[in-house]
Amino acid sequence: MRAGGRFLNLALLLALAGLIAFPLAGSTFYTQLFTKIMIMAIFAMSLDLLVGYTGLISFGHAAFYGLAGYALALMVPKYEAASLWWTLPATMTVCAAFALVTGALVLRTRGIFFIMVTLAFAQMLFFVFHDTKIGGGSDGIYIYNKPHLRLGETALLDLEKLEHFYYLVLALMVLVFLLLRRLLGSTFGRALVGIKENEHRMRALGFPAFRYKLAAYVLSGALGGLSGYLAAVQFGFVNPEIISWHQSGAVLMMVILGGMGTLYGPVIGAFAFVLMQELFSNQAWFGAYAKHWQLAMGLAIILVAVYLPRGLAGLLQKTGHKADAGEPAADADGTQEGAHG
Amino acid sequence: MDLAFFLIQLLNGLQYGLLLFLVASGLTLIFGIMGIINLAHGSFYMLGAYLAWSLASMTNSLVAAIALGVVLTVLLGIALEWLLIRHFYERDHLYQVLLTYGLILVFEEMRSVIWGDDVHGVPVPDLLAYSIPLTENLSYPVYRLVISAVCLLLALAMYLLIARTCLGMMIRAGSSNREMAQSLGINIKLVYMLIFALGVALAGFAGMINAPLSSVFPNMGGGVLIICFVVVVIGGIGSVKGAMVASLLIGLAETFGQVLVPEVAGMIVYLLMAAVLVWRPEGLFRKL
Repeated sequence: MRAGGRFLNLALLLALAGLIAFPLAGSTFYTQLFTKIMIMAIFAMSLDLLVGYTGLISFGHAAFYGLAGYALALMVPKYEAASLWWTLPATMTVCAAFALVTGALVLRTRGIFFIMVTLAFAQMLFFVFHDTKIGGGSDGIYIYNKPHLRLGETALLDLEKLEHFYYLVLALMVLVFLLLRRLLGSTFGRALVGIKENEHRMRALGFPAFRYKLAAYVLSGALGGLSGYLAAVQFGFVNPEIISWHQSGAVLMMVILGGMGTLYGPVIGAFAFVLMQELFSNQAWFGAYAKHWQLAMGLAIILVAVYLPRGLAGLLQKTGHKADAGEPAADADGTQEGAHG
Repeated sequence: MDLAFFLIQLLNGLQYGLLLFLVASGLTLIFGIMGIINLAHGSFYMLGAYLAWSLASMTNSLVAAIALGVVLTVLLGIALEWLLIRHFYERDHLYQVLLTYGLILVFEEMRSVIWGDDVHGVPVPDLLAYSIPLTENLSYPVYRLVISAVCLLLALAMYLLIARTCLGMMIRAGSSNREMAQSLGINIKLVYMLIFALGVALAGFAGMINAPLSSVFPNMGGGVLIICFVVVVIGGIGSVKGAMVASLLIGLAETFGQVLVPEVAGMIVYLLMAAVLVWRPEGLFRKL
């Protein structure tokens, strides 16, 4: 794994310390914004498991994110708070089940066809919620009460409080990162990377490739569901837009922008993507051009695509290898740079 | 459903399908031959529509606007290929996706800067602004028939270009083996540039001729892009013939879906795609 490197671990720990201290700065707006970003980071990491490690490019990952939101909205009683202890596992189970059924079908295709079939299933789900009355049609549903988190009679966290929710999301983001890193370092993870590199060889070696891919797909769906659950709790509202292809596209961009196949890359990507939106639409800095923030955002994305063959994480790795001068420099520069110009 | 009503839906479905073909054929060529996943293809459709609107209000003639617009879109295609796209032929598809996603944002925002965010109508040229009566209260607009005819002519021209001309031979050679074609003295870079410009111009042209029917509005490229990817996948990647069959299939399915089963109309196209891919995982046709 190229996840190693002292510099990198140090940078990640520093970033974590920064995130822990962040709400102390006391800005309501930025605490909310960072909560939203960390939820997107969980979403992006769940997609990285497919795109970066298993080589399965899904263009319909918002299906799980949106399904989780609707599952929560439909399973909680309208005027009283439900417990997180059962709504979260139930939501993730719904998403895992959906992933199991659709995964069994979509994993029969590969390459661009996989991209399109995942899109097709997400679009079908979009239209189920958009055109029928199950989930309030195109208007969506409100979730009036945030779930409560109690142990016995004592409340552990009050999710109505911004800081409490922030720390819950931060803890879950770190947990998902550690879980995936652990898993991907195991035989299972190495088998996934092997399937990405050469599926025929893995099958010849006796690995049931289809089952491995399906397991990764189900886990990815369940974790995508986790992020969708948190987003629905944060906004208190779901509508079909959360399943739209724009949402699937945005999370895919976060993964590629940040650097796929690294886990921390997609986290960086989520931060970069949302913060760029905030930066370029800042009226104090960009004045009348703030309205046209997508222009600067688009140019920034194009520059990354042209000049950073491994996304933003590649930049970090490069710096890391220079800083860890003692360690042998692995192929952080990427093999694709030769293709330039 | 009586016969006249059925006929109208049939003609609408065919016209919509033929229009989709113009956009999708460029997309399938760029993908099948050059290996580029071009998410910005819908933006060219949008740009075409806006060009038609702004040039038509300047020149007072839709035909002049389209002629000028086609020249501009060809130039845009050449410039884009030269500046950006050609550096991405050897790169992973995902970076092409990232690049062209960035392009969507840039084009959409350029549109907002230059033309604003309002919805505009484009008048049908006077010469074509009448309808053929079918029954007492049903009639069919001539402009739609003209669009269908123009699309058919272009499809025929494309077939002849690919099957019968020297350039077509180079395109076919480049699509089956890039290195071999190059070592036989074909200037593959030029061929790729022409294909890309052709794709951009076709998508732009589709936006231009459809502007009087669909009106002109922000983000109009997104829906077309997704539907055209569905067309490309159903038809088989790189297959122009497949794009034609799939376009008509989708055009008819969506038109009749909206009339017969409006509750699930949005889903029909995707159900169709899933069904085709379960039956034939590589799409209906192989190559050109």
